[in-house]
Amino acid sequence: MYKELRSHIIKLFGSDTRLDGRRFTDFREIKLETGVTNSAEGSARVSIGNTDIIVGIKAEVKEPFPDTQDEGGIMVGAELLPLSSPDFELGPPGLEAIEIARVVDRGIRESKSLDFKKLCIKEGEKVWMIIIDICTINHGGNLIDASALAAVAALKDMRFPKYEDDKIDYKEKTNKKLELKDFPITVTAIKIGDKIILDPDLDEEKVIDARLTVASLSDGTLCALQKGGDHPLSLEDIDKMTQLAVEKAKELRKLIK
Amino acid sequence: MGKINVNDKEIVVPGELLAIGMDNFPGNGTYREGENIVASRLGLVQIDGRTIKLIPLSGRYIPKKYDIIICEVTDVTVNGWRLETNSPYQAMLSMKEATSEFIERGADLTQFYDLGEHIVCKIVNVTSQKLVDVTMKGPGLRKLKGGRIIGVASNKVPRIIGKQGSMVSMIKDTTGCNLTVGQNGLVYIDGPLEGELLAIMAIRKIEEESHLSGLTDKIKGFLEKNAKVKSVQKHETKPKEISKPQQEGL
Amino acid sequence: MVYKERLNGRKFDETRKIEAKVGIIPRADGSAMFSIGNTVAYAAVYGPRNLHPKFLQDPSKGILRCNYNMMPFSSFGERVRPGGSRRSKEISLVTEKALLPVLDLNEYPNSVVDVFIEFPQTEAGSRCAGISAAAMALADAGLVMKDLIAAVSVGKVDDKLVVDLDYSEESYEDGPVADIPVAMMPNHDKITLLQMDGLISRDELKKVIEMAKKVCKEIYTIQNKALKEKYTNGAKTLGEKHV
Repeated sequence: MYKELRSHIIKLFGSDTRLDGRRFTDFREIKLETGVTNSAEGSARVSIGNTDIIVGIKAEVKEPFPDTQDEGGIMVGAELLPLSSPDFELGPPGLEAIEIARVVDRGIRESKSLDFKKLCIKEGEKVWMIIIDICTINHGGNLIDASALAAVAALKDMRFPKYEDDKIDYKEKTNKKLELKDFPITVTAIKIGDKIILDPDLDEEKVIDARLTVASLSDGTLCALQKGGDHPLSLEDIDKMTQLAVEKAKELRKLIK
Repeated sequence: MGKINVNDKEIVVPGELLAIGMDNFPGNGTYREGENIVASRLGLVQIDGRTIKLIPLSGRYIPKKYDIIICEVTDVTVNGWRLETNSPYQAMLSMKEATSEFIERGADLTQFYDLGEHIVCKIVNVTSQKLVDVTMKGPGLRKLKGGRIIGVASNKVPRIIGKQGSMVSMIKDTTGCNLTVGQNGLVYIDGPLEGELLAIMAIRKIEEESHLSGLTDKIKGFLEKNAKVKSVQKHETKPKEISKPQQEGL
Repeated sequence: MVYKERLNGRKFDETRKIEAKVGIIPRADGSAMFSIGNTVAYAAVYGPRNLHPKFLQDPSKGILRCNYNMMPFSSFGERVRPGGSRRSKEISLVTEKALLPVLDLNEYPNSVVDVFIEFPQTEAGSRCAGISAAAMALADAGLVMKDLIAAVSVGKVDDKLVVDLDYSEESYEDGPVADIPVAMMPNHDKITLLQMDGLISRDELKKVIEMAKKVCKEIYTIQNKALKEKYTNGAKTLGEKHV
């Protein structure tokens, strides 16, 4: 990394702009498409600038967990595929991938948008497990926000496969969709020096001091938080970051139909 | 009399038949097979009399003797520095070649070049095993300060520099930026923000359209038009797709 | 039993619809998408680049490393457990052997060319689609190649020789089936991948490889066009709607 990059970025902050000319809270161009793969029960592809993510959902029928006999559930996995960046290696998901998966999971789970009881087929015996898999196609920075957005869009796109005589027929999709009461929108705020920005690109991600990922609902209620980065945040930072994230989330929410 | 099957400036792919006949000659990027001359890479046809060669349209940088390149210091050893060259091969800068001053044995080498710093240096030797030696002794060779570094396709560098530096000078003049272009596809830019953004846009445009004709005029027109426009717009607009990095080596 | 008409309505020597696009992954040195019917393959090439650990390095030339992987949601049936399987490792190996013969890696000692093939969606013929995509990605990455590689599955369903078996034919139960993935250097008529599952006579094998040859030449035309398209209008890199 160019050692001077950070001071150059901070110098530009002094003129209220970023490396690529964006304002502090500007997102790069976002494209969202659903139903991008026919093999998944639900899918979506999101690109933010150069970052490109595909999320696919598969539904499985399993035994419920012992402490929630009448509930189905979700499981979120993320893979930083080596094809998406020269820095990603082959192998099981590392810490970065695991964090993305768990943060996206937390946003969806804690938002209570999905009623897990509605995923129950037969109490104590059979429930639906909705498995959300995040796959990176091109890493251009800000993987978390793109992944979370694609995950929610994929959930909205999902249709249950036919389930008859204790067997799933994946080739036949029903018209039954997931009932989503609301859905979380995730925005990550970044602190570099004493400025807060949104949607970091690759260069900005290299020099962050700290970040706060904020998932919020349509009325602005926070439903998940994750602080990252090596440096601490003050209360004021956190207040400002959550404010910016919730404001931006209102805009991004419009992308999900 | 042989036959040439392709036109000058045509894009061809590996395996494509370029010419037939022993009186045609296979240049760079092509090979002879029996009577045929065949493309051995994705490239732009250049017909030179009876020699057919291909200008590469892509490909990672491979270090070459005498190239001036921008490197990052990745290791400081007992007697020199190890450098990242934006290629599969690292380079070594020995104490002897580091500066025209005398460096004492046991001196703290990080005083001269420290980890993470970037230098403009010149390749003095490349072995068959691709071990690379560089020097900092020479005009224009220096440590870089301030500004930013972007990655470009190394095979586009000649177009970005232009004949006798004409293209890069034009960009410098219109944007008011300092520009140093490394043969290895790294470009150093330092100037006012709007100038930097314009310079980057111009460079990306050169990368995309370098094989199309009339490039110099196109870039000239682009720079002049946008230099005027930019001074009117502040930061109300979101510039579209400023950075489409092909090689973010940093 | 006699296979009068194909289950999918195609002619015996007709493939499913093929699409190809080059340059879909900007971070990669070369990339391409190749789809045939419902099977969609993405390939990205990184290299030549540094190779670690050192003991893998070859001082006489660069090495080629291929990895074939299906995304968990890519199957039209159950979810595919991430992490690869013995099957995907074997496919990675034969993919490498299919691509190596056209590459000249002598200029890149001690380095590696990494090829990553991923599937957002697969339905029969994936390894061949992956190889066809990878060949385009390697050319896009500027590597020296004698030729491209084109690949397609051919075979026998009941009593008919066919080209590009889809899922319904692979799982045909009313008669014997032979599934034969073939990869070729389309301008040299040389075969770099040949595998077979099933039963077939030697004569039929010869005939069906001739059918593969013809299809591979058609695929080469499509690969050729996709590579040129990327550079003709200025290199627009990010892929659009397509999965």
